[in-house]
Amino acid sequence: MSASLPRVSASVAMPKGSLQQVFDNLRAAGYTLVGPTVRDSAIVLDEIDGLDDLPQGWTDEQQPAHYRLKKAPDNQYFSYGVGPHSWKQFLHPSRLRLFSVEKNNGSWTIRPSQEPPPRYAFIGVRACDVAAIGIQDRVLIGSEFRDPHYAARREQVFVLAVNCSHSGATCFCASMKTGPKVTGGFDLALTELPDIFLVEIGSEAGAEVLGDVPWEAATAFDLGRASRVIQRAERQDGRHMLTDDLPDVLYENLESPQWDEVATRCLSCANCTLVCPTCFCTTVEDVSNLRATSAERIRVADSCFNRDFSHVHGGNSRPTIRSRYRQWLTHKLASWIDQFGTSGCVGCGRCITWCPVGIEITEEVNAIRAKGGK
Amino acid sequence: MSTAFLTSEVRKPIDPMLPHLATIQDVKPTAVGISMFSLVFADPEERANYRFQAGQFNMLYLPGAGEVAISLSSDPGQPEVLGHTIRDAGSVTRAIGRLKAGDVIGVRGPYGSAWPLNKTRGSNLVIVAGGIGLAPLRPVILSILRQRSAYGQVVLLYGARTPADLLYTDEFDQWRQGGIDVQVTVDLGEESWRGLVGVVPQLFYRIRIDHKKTAVMACGPEIMMRFVIYEALARRIPKDRIYISMERNMKCAVGFCGHCQFGPTFICKQGPVLNFAAIEPFFGKEDF
Ligand SMILES: Cc1cc2nc3c(=O)[nH]c(=O)nc-3n(C[C@H](O)[C@H](O)[C@H](O)COP(=O)(O)OP(=O)(O)OC[C@H]3O[C@@H](n4cnc5c(N)ncnc54)[C@H](O)[C@@H]3O)c2cc1C
Ligand code: SF4
Ligand code: SF4
Ligand code: FES
Repeated sequence: MSASLPRVSASVAMPKGSLQQVFDNLRAAGYTLVGPTVRDSAIVLDEIDGLDDLPQGWTDEQQPAHYRLKKAPDNQYFSYGVGPHSWKQFLHPSRLRLFSVEKNNGSWTIRPSQEPPPRYAFIGVRACDVAAIGIQDRVLIGSEFRDPHYAARREQVFVLAVNCSHSGATCFCASMKTGPKVTGGFDLALTELPDIFLVEIGSEAGAEVLGDVPWEAATAFDLGRASRVIQRAERQDGRHMLTDDLPDVLYENLESPQWDEVATRCLSCANCTLVCPTCFCTTVEDVSNLRATSAERIRVADSCFNRDFSHVHGGNSRPTIRSRYRQWLTHKLASWIDQFGTSGCVGCGRCITWCPVGIEITEEVNAIRAKGGK
Repeated sequence: MSTAFLTSEVRKPIDPMLPHLATIQDVKPTAVGISMFSLVFADPEERANYRFQAGQFNMLYLPGAGEVAISLSSDPGQPEVLGHTIRDAGSVTRAIGRLKAGDVIGVRGPYGSAWPLNKTRGSNLVIVAGGIGLAPLRPVILSILRQRSAYGQVVLLYGARTPADLLYTDEFDQWRQGGIDVQVTVDLGEESWRGLVGVVPQLFYRIRIDHKKTAVMACGPEIMMRFVIYEALARRIPKDRIYISMERNMKCAVGFCGHCQFGPTFICKQGPVLNFAAIEPFFGKEDF
């Protein structure tokens, strides 16, 4: 045991029960904890109090259009993959008031939203989702215009990441080079072993949170066991995507017959964009009171699968499911790279699991590659 | 935690979605269902600092109604008064159309790319507009008139559906006197119409162009721009000297909402004015 704090980039071993102490320290430091918990037969992200709220002993079975919770063979805290929620619901809320307006004597007073956002500690962030947060950073605060609502939430976040020990049948993080090991963008990163958590320190804030928590320097044995856990997860990745010829293979096949084919299956329900941790699109709702003396602008999540998304007066630039699916896939895997210098897909597999008809992004790219058709 | 994008600048609570207040100074009916609004910022500092370039646009906002992208159609040399030519096209533009002098409107901008007025100095210009598409090109014409000798031959090819849909007709004589060849056509003539009848791209047949020294700037319905590009290429004008202004649904104008995407471009940031050579792989693709 050590009284001093571990240094950044060190790895330490911590008794499993001490994670509660880490939670308590975070709460004492003013953080609101959000993490995985079981609700409505799925592992969702919500505010949590302690270890008891974590899905201990649960795992998930994921396949295209299929998600089922089941008892895990072990009694670990993190033996499952990502669920339908992602951290964007906290950083880039699906409903947010931009400002309100009061009208008085012919003029207006504009009041920006000023509720201070919660200071979140994200518990159990997987490697793909750490990468997804980095991607939304580029979109929302990485250019000349910055979204102050995102920035205010983002800059206060504490990230307690978890290396995956169990990779799902719809995962392809290894193909997208985002996981299963977390390689940056965290304050603390856990690897769960049967007896201990191996904790990698990612920042000063991470080291401080360990405070009075009992820890020991990690041994070679612990480090070896942890890396085998992660290797196993990597081997388990159930899907793969060839990325060498992206974006070209999509740009060169904008008229492929495969777009027509997938349009016969796609319902244009927008589930994939809703669950995707990087999709950022929004629209604005304007509401006013009955006497029209005050009004609000509310930003709400939107999707390129919604028909109104590309409405222009007297027409629609993407009136067909074919054109909307093509926008989604080419944005994720091609134009995103031109826009932000990174793919828009981290390989989390959510869009595959939560597609009601089981369309697989990995298979669609393969089909376009195979069919061509320009 | 630290990342490359969490700089101290982020901490500035400036929301690019917040409008500034402006007062409507004047409303002038300009064509059927189209009026020209002159706006002045309420805040003297904003009024003094605001600058725009020909081709850029503002987001205009009315509480409870919504916000729309509208090009600046006045002279960039006089940025203290903002001219917007607005067509009643739906719910928000209709609500704006009901405003009178003295009313307040929300404005944020300017956004987007500009017509290449510097890059094309010394060359001939073919300016092509269809309908309301002349609005974002009027600042080009007004800028050229102020420094006419900086450009070679300048032609405006303009068309609208009917004579009553033509914008700025009361200014055409002045533009001609200033040295711009103004050619006008309508799709559907009427008895009193003495001008040409036919679609805009046909006007190319009325002009002589030296393709080596000519640039094209076009704005109008996409189908019109497709034919304009066809005619320009047929006259061996290089692809990278053809500029078009494009339109897509816009909800933010700052790259956040995703609505205006056209392949890799955000029309609100890299556009609306785009170089044809840069977007050729995507332009004209069905429902793109
Ligand atoms: C860069 C740019 C410059 C423009 N310049 C002008 C101009 O100078 N004069 C002019 O009259 N019109 C211009 N338009 C078109 C104008 O924005 C639309 O006519 C207007 O948004 C229609 O809104 P509405 O609420 O009246 O119509 P509705 O059909 O009720 O539209 C509902 C909403 O959809 C969106 N929308 C609808 N049509 C368009 C569109 N064509 N482009 C972008 N968003 C749209 C808007 O958010 C709008 O509020 C421009 C558009 C763009 C993109
Ligand atoms: S596109 Fe699918 S696999 Fe890729 S990040 Fe989004 S939800 Fe995950
Ligand atoms: S895929 Fe669609 S919803 Fe997702 S970011 Fe791109 S345009 Fe927006
Ligand atoms: S208008 Fe919102 S991203 Fe361009």
